[in-house]
Amino acid sequence: MVTSPHFNKGRKMRPRIKFIALGMAAALTVTACGSDDKDTATTTAPTAVTEDSTAPAETTAETTAETTAESTAETTAETTAETTAETTADSTAETTAEPGEAGGTFVFGTSSDPVVLDGAFVSDGESLRVIHEIFETLVTLEPGGTVVAPALAASWEPSEDGLSWTFNLQPDVSFHDGTPFDAEAVCFNFDRWYNFEGVAQSSNVSYYWSTVFGGFSDGVTESLYDSCEAVDEATAVINLTAPSAAFLAGLAVTAFSIASPTALTEYGADDVGGDEDAPTFDGTFGTEHPIGTGPFKFESWDVGDKLTLVRNEEYWGDKALLDTLIFTPIADGPARRTALETGEIQGYDLVDPADSAALADDGYEILLRPAFNVGYVGFNQTKAPLDNILIRQAIAHALNREALVTAKYPEGSEVATQFMPPSLFGYSDDVTEYAYDPELAMELIAESGVTDLTIEFYYPSEVSRPYMPDPTANFEAFKADLEAVGFTVVPKTAPWRGGYLDDVNGGNAQVYLLGWTGDYGDPDNFVGVFFRTPQPVWGFDNPEIFDALTVARDTSDIDERTALYQEANNLIMDFLPGVPYVHTQPALAFAPGVTGYVPSPVSLESFATVSLG
Amino acid sequence: MLKFIVRRLLLLIPILLGISILLFIWVRALPGGPATALLGEKSNPERVAQVNRLYGFDKPLFEQYFSYMSRVIRLDFGQSIQLRRDVSDELFRRFPATIELASAAMLFAVGLGIPLGFMAAKRERTLFDYGAVTASLIGVSIPVFFLAQILKYIFSLKFDLLPSTRRLDVKRKLEKVTNFNIIDSLIAWDGGAFWDTVRHLILPGIALGTIPLAIITRITRASVLETLNDDYVRTARAKGLRTFTVNRVHVLRNSLLPIVTVIGLQTGLLLSGAVLTETVFAFDGMGSLIGGAVIGKDYPVIQGGVMFLAVVFVLVNLFVDVLYAFIDPRIRVS
Repeated sequence: MVTSPHFNKGRKMRPRIKFIALGMAAALTVTACGSDDKDTATTTAPTAVTEDSTAPAETTAETTAETTAESTAETTAETTAETTAETTADSTAETTAEPGEAGGTFVFGTSSDPVVLDGAFVSDGESLRVIHEIFETLVTLEPGGTVVAPALAASWEPSEDGLSWTFNLQPDVSFHDGTPFDAEAVCFNFDRWYNFEGVAQSSNVSYYWSTVFGGFSDGVTESLYDSCEAVDEATAVINLTAPSAAFLAGLAVTAFSIASPTALTEYGADDVGGDEDAPTFDGTFGTEHPIGTGPFKFESWDVGDKLTLVRNEEYWGDKALLDTLIFTPIADGPARRTALETGEIQGYDLVDPADSAALADDGYEILLRPAFNVGYVGFNQTKAPLDNILIRQAIAHALNREALVTAKYPEGSEVATQFMPPSLFGYSDDVTEYAYDPELAMELIAESGVTDLTIEFYYPSEVSRPYMPDPTANFEAFKADLEAVGFTVVPKTAPWRGGYLDDVNGGNAQVYLLGWTGDYGDPDNFVGVFFRTPQPVWGFDNPEIFDALTVARDTSDIDERTALYQEANNLIMDFLPGVPYVHTQPALAFAPGVTGYVPSPVSLESFATVSLG
Repeated sequence: MLKFIVRRLLLLIPILLGISILLFIWVRALPGGPATALLGEKSNPERVAQVNRLYGFDKPLFEQYFSYMSRVIRLDFGQSIQLRRDVSDELFRRFPATIELASAAMLFAVGLGIPLGFMAAKRERTLFDYGAVTASLIGVSIPVFFLAQILKYIFSLKFDLLPSTRRLDVKRKLEKVTNFNIIDSLIAWDGGAFWDTVRHLILPGIALGTIPLAIITRITRASVLETLNDDYVRTARAKGLRTFTVNRVHVLRNSLLPIVTVIGLQTGLLLSGAVLTETVFAFDGMGSLIGGAVIGKDYPVIQGGVMFLAVVFVLVNLFVDVLYAFIDPRIRVS
């Protein structure tokens, strides 16, 4: 993980405050993994101790510490908590840092306006970014990592059969409108999502529900969700139709933010109008009254101009440092950079790889998100000769991935050996690797006996993806590599949104460039999406791989799951359905002096700890 | 005159019908649909089919068209698929931004172009004339986005004189009534906001106005040159009229017709063609709305937006035609 230097600056804190910070840090990072401890601790600790929040912080810290101490033992099977809680506490003592200055207005340049501020209805990053500041989920991921950590739920515990999950909720939490946060509110939200109808079920609307839970109450598609029970005020039980371990990591996605039931009802969050041919969303919850429990409260939204949040003074945890947080849309990348340089904004996302070095030289803070994507060359095995493993291996050995990544990718990018990033559990160090070896590729071709070496290579135009900033450059490099070992490459291209994706996903492309950015911290969201079921885009039927991934998804013990996914990754890379070639680290830029922003692989990034310095 | 205007307005009906049919078929014939555009690599055949079913895109084309037109007649342009906001709200919000931008650009182009062209004609074959002609040639050929970047670099980044993005300073509060910041700041009687709006209009106005400026300069020069040699100008001079009177009444007025035509055409083009300028200066106008809709295959926005622009285009041209009648009485008679 790359962070700015200030995260590691050890500064002395006053003893009383230090104790609180320590408790809080321990509480908040029960599940922190060893390697990231220092970063985690230093970034979590500061938030515990703004002067004015000392008293409430203390009680929260204590209760949280207690509940988590108990629950840690209970949930050991699920998380790697036990040992790390100790190490976190140790390292916290060593490296506690002073919080940044409180106050001020921070302006963040976004690439577009959010769609609506209702997590259940969006899947785009710009909406989720803002929603994440206003709302909270039951569980979250440890800052900067992919390990599940407590949020609105202080602890959780699955039943023996893995079908019921009991969530013990944080006490004394209220929504911004004063509605108390309790088990009823949790169930209200889950039942709302489960009962979506009509266009609300559309996968461009409730993408994450269908990704994590499958179907809805109408039963058209099977749903993982069964019911939610409010056992008492502070205990909610979620019942599933099948055991699933991926479910917990899924709940950390901002889309599963718990909203105020009062506001959802009053402002018609689910109102759909128009007619069957042109449905319209009519509620004002997501546009004018987004009410959650988060560290920032919604103030106003002038679409196209700015969206203003203010500090939630009644926040149950560590209050935000900034007074005001403004998001302003600047669609053009170079314009965002200029706006940062002229001081019109203090930070922006999606920094052009070509700009990061120059900005860093000029004193701006460049933060990299830990790699959580993969770019790959896909094969469609219904199209000969790709059904031949020797040909697939030949292609893998022919592609000079190292050279491409070095020459065409920004700093922090690495050559991929498998279909998921190294930061995720289940990543295997023993997969079969296919080193660049044109000689071997030619031998494999000869051995395969295939004589027609013409392949159609699809690549997209008019697009830049985090794992593929310049698809044409990738294509040209790979084409040269393939021709060097005797293939005849027929180029096929179409605009990304103008036919390419439909063509490729529909199974029409023989060899193609594609990739994926993870939605949440579970391997099922990478290899599971690709290879757990037969798909036209890959065109193969390999029950061994399908079964391995299904079993891995349904196992709840973390160590067992890790082993199963490692095994599955080995299987996949032996079978070689495609050639993964890169993981990249998207960059964010901030004005000099800005502190406290912790980049997360899945973009669960809070502005609560951010300070203008 | 009134009859003429009414006739031209009635012509809008077949124009809009034609455009709506062509657009309807065209946007749906393009490969890729809203579902793929929105879901990106996360689209798959099932998801695409589901979205198409829920939004009615899987129905026969004529059925979709009639359903759409029956709503348009009630002035309901539907809701954007990707922005999930009513198309008419978006148009109401964005169009004023584009008008402000286009007005600033035309103010720059006309205010500078006519005097420049006039003076160049009066000083034909002098250094000034050659200079003006060359400069206008450069002006026409310089790409807008390049000019915009240069302007931003010099005036925002280097000397910090003018803002580089947006329509108003982000920390300033202004109540939106008409969505014209100039008018809203006057309504609020907020001199600071007014001045801030003007400052935000300068760079994009210059960037967008440079091509029209160059064209207007050249047309003015040519037109004035032609008029200068006309008999009545010589007569006017011969009878001892003051140079100012000759220039204003006899030369300029008679040269105006082609200039107004060009201004009209250019204004229409500016309204629809401000995509690049709006993007570079994060100016939230029509250009970026329709540009984004085309990329996102946002059918309702493309249809509503283009039809709206067609109406505007017809109205601007109508206005220019009416203006002719005022400038040239002969047209009024015929």
